[in-house]
Amino acid sequence: MGIINTSRIKSPWIMHFDNSSCNGCDIEVLACLTPLYDVERFGIVNMGNPKHADVLVVTGPVNRRTARVLKNLYAQIPDPKMVIAVGTCACSGGVFHNCYNILGGVDKVIPVDVYVPGCAAKPEAIIDGVVLALQKLSKALGVAK
Amino acid sequence: MAPRTVAPFGPQHPVLPEPIQLKITYEDEKVVDVVPAIGYGHRGIEKACELNEYPKNIYLCERICGICSCIHGISYCEVVERLWPIDVPPRAKYLRTIWSEMSRTHSHLLWLGLLADAFGFESMFMQFWRIREKVLDLLEMTTGQRVTQSISVVGGVRRDIDDEQKKKCIEVLREVRKESEALINVLANDYTVKARTVGKGVLTKEQAIALGCAGPHLRASGVKEDCRMQGLQAYGDLGFEPIVEKDGDCYARTLVRCRELLQAIDLQLEAFSKMPEGEIAVRPKGNPPANEAVYRAEQPRGEVFYYAKGNGTRNLERLRVRTPTYANIPSLLVMLPGCELPDVPVIVLSIDPCISCTER
Repeated sequence: MGIINTSRIKSPWIMHFDNSSCNGCDIEVLACLTPLYDVERFGIVNMGNPKHADVLVVTGPVNRRTARVLKNLYAQIPDPKMVIAVGTCACSGGVFHNCYNILGGVDKVIPVDVYVPGCAAKPEAIIDGVVLALQKLSKALGVAK
Repeated sequence: MAPRTVAPFGPQHPVLPEPIQLKITYEDEKVVDVVPAIGYGHRGIEKACELNEYPKNIYLCERICGICSCIHGISYCEVVERLWPIDVPPRAKYLRTIWSEMSRTHSHLLWLGLLADAFGFESMFMQFWRIREKVLDLLEMTTGQRVTQSISVVGGVRRDIDDEQKKKCIEVLREVRKESEALINVLANDYTVKARTVGKGVLTKEQAIALGCAGPHLRASGVKEDCRMQGLQAYGDLGFEPIVEKDGDCYARTLVRCRELLQAIDLQLEAFSKMPEGEIAVRPKGNPPANEAVYRAEQPRGEVFYYAKGNGTRNLERLRVRTPTYANIPSLLVMLPGCELPDVPVIVLSIDPCISCTER
C-alpha cells in the first residue's frame, strides 16, 4: 500500500462538479489548470470520471435538483476521498441564501473537508485549498508529505 | 435497422463545466434524437431580486453568470436607471463600454479555448487561456476583481480609470491583439480544425430566425442583428458595425467570435482615445418610482433582455431577465440529429452554452 498512498499524495486526481454556481468559480478552477497557474506540474490532473478521482472539487450552492447528482458522484469516488468546497456559495449558500431553490452549502448534502471562501475564489486560494486537503489526507493515511 | 442506444451527456461531463443533460439517442455512430433536460442550475434569482433592496440586486444579477457578469451588472443598473429616469454622465458611459468590451474579450478567449479543447487541440486551449489571463489582470487592476467585478452602480460606475492605468491597458490590449491574431491564424487555417468544424451543425438563415437564435450564433447564419447597433452607452460614437458570416456551421461561428474578439479590442482602444473627462456617477434620488422599463444589451453570447417594475419602495416589484442561451438551446435540436457522435461536444459548444444564465 505504501507506493499507492504516496502516489495519492504526490499526484492527486481531481474531479470538478458544478452544482448551480454562476460559473465564476468554475472558470477559476479551469484557470488553475492553464499555463499561468498550471497545477499539472504538481501532478494534479482534472478527471471526468468519478471512479478515477481522489479529490472532489465542488462549486456553487446545492439546489433541489443537483443534490441527488452530487450524492451519486460522491458515492462513486473510491475511498480515501477528499471534498473541497470552492467559493462562498459552496461554503454557505452565499449571495443565493434567500433563493427558494437553494438548500445551502455543499455540507448540507455531503461531508466537506476543506472550505475555500471567495466570490469568485482566486486560483491561488483554490491551489491552497488543494494543498490543505492533501495535508489532511496524508495525516489520515499516515504518509509523510 | 441498427439497434438504438440512449446515452446521457451530462449533467457532469468533462467538456461542459456546467450542469445540463442531453439524452442522446444514436444508431451506430449517428445521432437520431436529442432531448435536453435543464433545471440543474436553477436558483430562483428573479424572486430573490424582489426580496432584496434594489442596490443589492447588482451583486445578485452579476452572479446570474460569472463569465458575462460585468454586462449583467451594467444591464441591471441601466434598466433601474430608466425607471426614474437618471441620466448617466458621459464618462461613466464610456467606462461601462470599456468594461463591457473587456469582458467580451475575456469571454471569447475563454470560448475559443474551450472549443479547441472540445476537439482535442489541448495546446491551443492552453494558449488561448494564457492570453486570457492578461485580460483578467487588466480587469483586476481597473476594477479590483478578476471575475465578478461589481463595477457598475445605479447612476454610474464605482471606479475611474486614471491615466497610468489607461496607458497600461492600451499597452496590454495591443499585446493581446497581436498574440490573438497569431493564434486565430492557426485556428482559421489549420486542416485538422477545418475537418472538425466545416459543415458541422449547419443552421440556415431561415431556421435561425424561426428558432429565435441570438448573438454570434445568429450572426454566423447571416443575420445582421446586434444590440450594440442601438448605439446606447458609447457605441453610437464608436462607429460599431456587426460582424456577419453566412455559412451557419461551426466554422462560421468560430470565425464570427474570432473577428469579434479583435473588434472588441479595437472598440476598447477607440473608446480610450475618445473618453471625455468628468463625473463618473450621479446619486439617485429616493426610491425607484412606480414605473416599468426594459433594456436590451449585447452579451458575449447574444442579446440579454431586462425588464424591471418599480413600486415606489426600495424593493422592485418584479425583475425579469431573458438570456441568450435560452434562445439558442432549441437550435441544438435542429443541428444535432444526423451528426456523428464525436461531433456532439463541438456542436453543443458552438452555441457557447451558458447554463447558469439560462436557468438563473
